[in-house]
Amino acid sequence: MDDITRRGSIGLAAGMAAVSTLATAPARAAIPTVDVKPPSLPLERGATLRVLRPVKYIDPDGVYFDLNTQKFAKAIGVPVRVDYVGFEDLRPQTAVAARTGAGPDIVLGWSDDPHLYTDSILDMTDIAEYLGKKYGGWQTLAALYGRKHNTDQWIAIPFGGSAGPAVYRKSWVNEAGFDTIPSDHGKFLDLCRNLKKNGHPPGFALGNAVGDANAYCGWLLWSHNGYMIDEDGKVSINRPETIAALKYAKELYQTFIPGVLSWQDPSNNKAFINEDISLTQNGCSIYFALKNNPRTASIAEDVYHAPMPTGLARSRPETATVINAMVFKHTKYPNAAKEYIRFMMEAEQYDPWLTATTGYWAHSLKAYSESAVWKSDPKLIAYRDGCAMEFYSGYKGPINAASGAVLADYVNVQMFAAVSSDQATPEEAVAEAERRAKRIYKQ
Amino acid sequence: MSATDTRDIDALNWVAPRRTPGTLARLMDNKAFLVCICLFPALSLLIVFLTYPLGLGIYLAFTDTQIGRAGEWVGLENFESLFHDRIFLNAVWWTVAYTFFATILKFGLGLWLALLLNNHMPFKSLVRAIILLPYIVPTVLSAIAFWWIYDPQFSIISYVLVDKLHWLDHYIDFLGTPWHARWSLIAANVWRGIPFVAITLLAGLQTISPSLYEAAMLDGASPWQRFRFVTRPLLMPILAIVMTFSVLFTFTDFQLVYAITRGGPINSTHLMATLAFQRGIPGSHLGEGAAIAVAMIPFLILATVFSYFALGRRKWQQGSDND
Repeated sequence: MDDITRRGSIGLAAGMAAVSTLATAPARAAIPTVDVKPPSLPLERGATLRVLRPVKYIDPDGVYFDLNTQKFAKAIGVPVRVDYVGFEDLRPQTAVAARTGAGPDIVLGWSDDPHLYTDSILDMTDIAEYLGKKYGGWQTLAALYGRKHNTDQWIAIPFGGSAGPAVYRKSWVNEAGFDTIPSDHGKFLDLCRNLKKNGHPPGFALGNAVGDANAYCGWLLWSHNGYMIDEDGKVSINRPETIAALKYAKELYQTFIPGVLSWQDPSNNKAFINEDISLTQNGCSIYFALKNNPRTASIAEDVYHAPMPTGLARSRPETATVINAMVFKHTKYPNAAKEYIRFMMEAEQYDPWLTATTGYWAHSLKAYSESAVWKSDPKLIAYRDGCAMEFYSGYKGPINAASGAVLADYVNVQMFAAVSSDQATPEEAVAEAERRAKRIYKQ
Repeated sequence: MSATDTRDIDALNWVAPRRTPGTLARLMDNKAFLVCICLFPALSLLIVFLTYPLGLGIYLAFTDTQIGRAGEWVGLENFESLFHDRIFLNAVWWTVAYTFFATILKFGLGLWLALLLNNHMPFKSLVRAIILLPYIVPTVLSAIAFWWIYDPQFSIISYVLVDKLHWLDHYIDFLGTPWHARWSLIAANVWRGIPFVAITLLAGLQTISPSLYEAAMLDGASPWQRFRFVTRPLLMPILAIVMTFSVLFTFTDFQLVYAITRGGPINSTHLMATLAFQRGIPGSHLGEGAAIAVAMIPFLILATVFSYFALGRRKWQQGSDND
């Protein structure tokens, strides 16, 4: 789950982006497909649908989503109403729908939400397999969030994900003696030390910031091969890898701008845009906010994105916030609902939407890597693989209510914050995190 | 004329026809029924919007309900587990401390302000209206304003002290260390709460008859004595009520803390209300969130009882002497 306020704060700039995007209809690339027959879903007579989804990220997100919905209504003859709700209201509303068995037929929830409602949502395996076959397969993170843990049963269709790679000022990174963001821990620390020495410190959120602090602390843990839960769902945070990550985090923290302990999601955006920091982890909102404001467009030219250092991990130790569509069993028109989701994921609809959202959402089906959006600006490449990551909150265990609760309680973030700010030794902090996680997992 | 005779006889024996009243009319004559039906609208509102949610909250506190999964009755398990949870205990301690310090400051400053405003001065009504401003601004908006004021990079206070006056050489980290964050939150709460206290106490002050002060002055009472022996006792009843409300509002505060720190740094500023929300909704453990919320009830009852009995126990409220 990401935060409202950061997105809210970029609203103005995003709005401008929207206008320019809408004026010139986005160019479309050919999406490679395999000829597969869609599953037969005979539509119910008189079907109507209600869809609940998070508020638009930037204007084109909503505009193209609505356009595609209207197209569906016209082509298939099923009227659909789409309701947009605030990022933090989505969860409670989904919960009410699940508990009362009334309300929306389809909910585009957050990453792990469908895993909380496995009993009250429909099996989506038929559409997921069809889409997977047609569009070159599902990306790793999408498949993790779409399927029930360790099974081939699909319970949701991931629409897209929003990643948080490193955002940096190229000239200052060059000045610090580096060409780009290095991929190993030692060099990354050197880079940060040099940046600080040159008066352009990095800044990573360590407050209770849903999006940014979880992204940074997830990276710290995973890039050292640490993890909160093992494959069998046992709390395994108390391992030497975590201690190493904590010691490293403490070193890194010395180079940061003061105040990151209280940073919330919008804080790094503000500091970066004000040129107070040279390096942070964020969505592409910083870049677009700078680029779309004539006064700061020159700074935008110096802004680049790169994956965070891989460190000891096998693959990119980051994750993304995914929007994940589920159909409730209480719907009177299950086939129409599935058909709607299939329709929205087909290239004729999905690609214009993806292109219009200019990198805010990364695609969940592999074939869309060919989409024109990823060629429109080479700086967006770091966001392209948002759904290709293999890390997720609750890695390596099952995605369930407990993994969600550990995330919501900032167990990992606070472990790193406590050590970074010298309020606890690595051993104390890890023991505390283990105690808290075990309490939530009831172990 | 037998017909006429008959009529006369009838007239003599005429009794007002006693129509048996309809069921509704009889029902309406029934006092118990009337009481019930008049109370019904108010009661049903209270039941639907207060008793039911409160009852449901208390029920949930004894279950392990999660979002998306109906819970089972687990008795006191939630409370037992919370009792061993350092974050919860810290939140309890901090909620009490926050309420205590914020209330003392609000009352000290609010009373002072009320006494000042009670004097004659130019533009009296305008000044009084301005005093109310912090109270009129929606809490979330003032919280966001304070969030900027306390921002580690963009704080106006740091800017003035460092860049304009050169009194400090570094920006103040208002929310980065536990005690800085705690006092910052108390300051924000006090700023917001003073108008309520000041205006209600001012109303109380204006009910005190000037002749009492005149009498005191004739007896040679100093200003302090006039305050101590005239103002203070006569202000006590309203003080008790304002205090009760203020304690309740402060104890259940949510918006300021949630918007400014989200309970950080590292849970040092979590109030019971913010922790209950975090555990219940984003953390999806409704049962535990409800248990934290229910744990606030004893404190609230205690505070109310204390204010009423300790501060308001004055017989002269009913017209007799102090004792």
